[in-house]
Amino acid sequence: MEGTALAAGGIATMAFALPGLGFALGPIFEDSNPTRWQDVGPEDDFNDETYVPRVMNIDPEIGDAGKTTIYVRKFNDGQDKVIKGQDPQPYVVISTRCAHLGCPVRYIQASQKFVCPCHGGVYGFQGDVEGGPPVRPLDRFYTRVTNGRVEVGDRFSLNSELERFAPRDPSNHLDGLWQYIYPSRPTT
Amino acid sequence: MTPPLPKALRRSPPRPGQDDRNGKNGRNGKNGRNGAPATMPTPKEQAVEGAASVVGWLDERTGASPFLRGFLYRKVPKGTNWFYTLGSATMFAFLSQAVTGVFLAMYYEPDPTRAYESASRITNEVFLGEFVRGMHRWGSTVMIILIFLHMGRTFFFGAYKYPRELNWVIGVVLIVLTLLMGLTGYLLPFDQRSFWATVVAVNLNASGPIVGPYLADFLRVGSEFGPTTISRFYALHMLAVPGLIAVLIGAHLYLVAKLGTTAPPWLKAEKKDLLKEEV
Repeated sequence: MEGTALAAGGIATMAFALPGLGFALGPIFEDSNPTRWQDVGPEDDFNDETYVPRVMNIDPEIGDAGKTTIYVRKFNDGQDKVIKGQDPQPYVVISTRCAHLGCPVRYIQASQKFVCPCHGGVYGFQGDVEGGPPVRPLDRFYTRVTNGRVEVGDRFSLNSELERFAPRDPSNHLDGLWQYIYPSRPTT
Repeated sequence: MTPPLPKALRRSPPRPGQDDRNGKNGRNGKNGRNGAPATMPTPKEQAVEGAASVVGWLDERTGASPFLRGFLYRKVPKGTNWFYTLGSATMFAFLSQAVTGVFLAMYYEPDPTRAYESASRITNEVFLGEFVRGMHRWGSTVMIILIFLHMGRTFFFGAYKYPRELNWVIGVVLIVLTLLMGLTGYLLPFDQRSFWATVVAVNLNASGPIVGPYLADFLRVGSEFGPTTISRFYALHMLAVPGLIAVLIGAHLYLVAKLGTTAPPWLKAEKKDLLKEEV
């Protein structure tokens, strides 16, 4: 009797606790951002000398909170680094999400740098870290050209060699052994 | 052993010659036959008697009075002072947060497109809304200040030492939960400051090795701030964390009553008592 009652109680507890836990934790294990290509304008709008700001919708369901600024320019054959084994993107699209803690960075044309208002992160023209606390360059987005119009797709992260990685959260290092401490997650 | 009821609450025994109005004498005895008006209980006496019988009914069925007497009239050491009330003050701050929070929840809508509007509606349109929201907003700061003062009192009075280590540990968990309340509540007004503070706070969580990024995904419900992030923070803020806090406050109080409070450190044991114990 006692054993059966304990077992029944245990099973009853598990019967609501486990599905409940799975329900709360489920989103960790599924891809939350399906690829959506977004039109940001005709090719004529952009050049390979400077960045043009555009607004992109990261999450269309949450109104203005889901929008973010991106900086777009054409890939510069002479200046931009091409990583061996990786197709260069036709456009360079820099995410404004600071690689330190995610505040929005701003591009300053006069100094050709990206500057973060929160904790003083400074990035160069390629989005590479030049100063402050950020741990890796600014993220970028995949790009493609369809019918003469530039489209922006998924986010990707880069290490200090500008090699491509699956998107990581701000504050996650990607150089050397660090990349194993901050693994790629199923949600991205 | 429970301490005796304080004198004010004890019923005085009937004096010789005085009528025992509530006893048997009054009902079937000589006074009734005489028709003396003194035997009729006044409305006040009836009210007292009624209340006493309700309390008695409850006490007979719960046995609560020895527990309550032990809890409320427990002995405290000499030298107990106002610093000892900081814990209760923190608890009242929590109760105030709980009550104002329940009323705020009646008007608040945890939806990214509605949260800001509903919060500003509470402030600008709902009767006393600004006051209740203000109490909740400033009360959170008051609670955090009080809980740290309480921790300081416990530390500097050495009240964390044997056998009260477990209560210290529970208290530290309560501090962490209180800070978590502050963190999850900060997002809810959903203005620019709330949003960016939460973005930064979640990314701070993401900086933890291996589990950090998953923790951030858990808080955000995905890799980006999304439609259910506010609901998640709201559920944590109004259900999960306060529930845990209430349970742990119960455990904290139980241990305080069980173990008693410590004397302030400047109070020395009296020599006589020491001798008595040694003999």
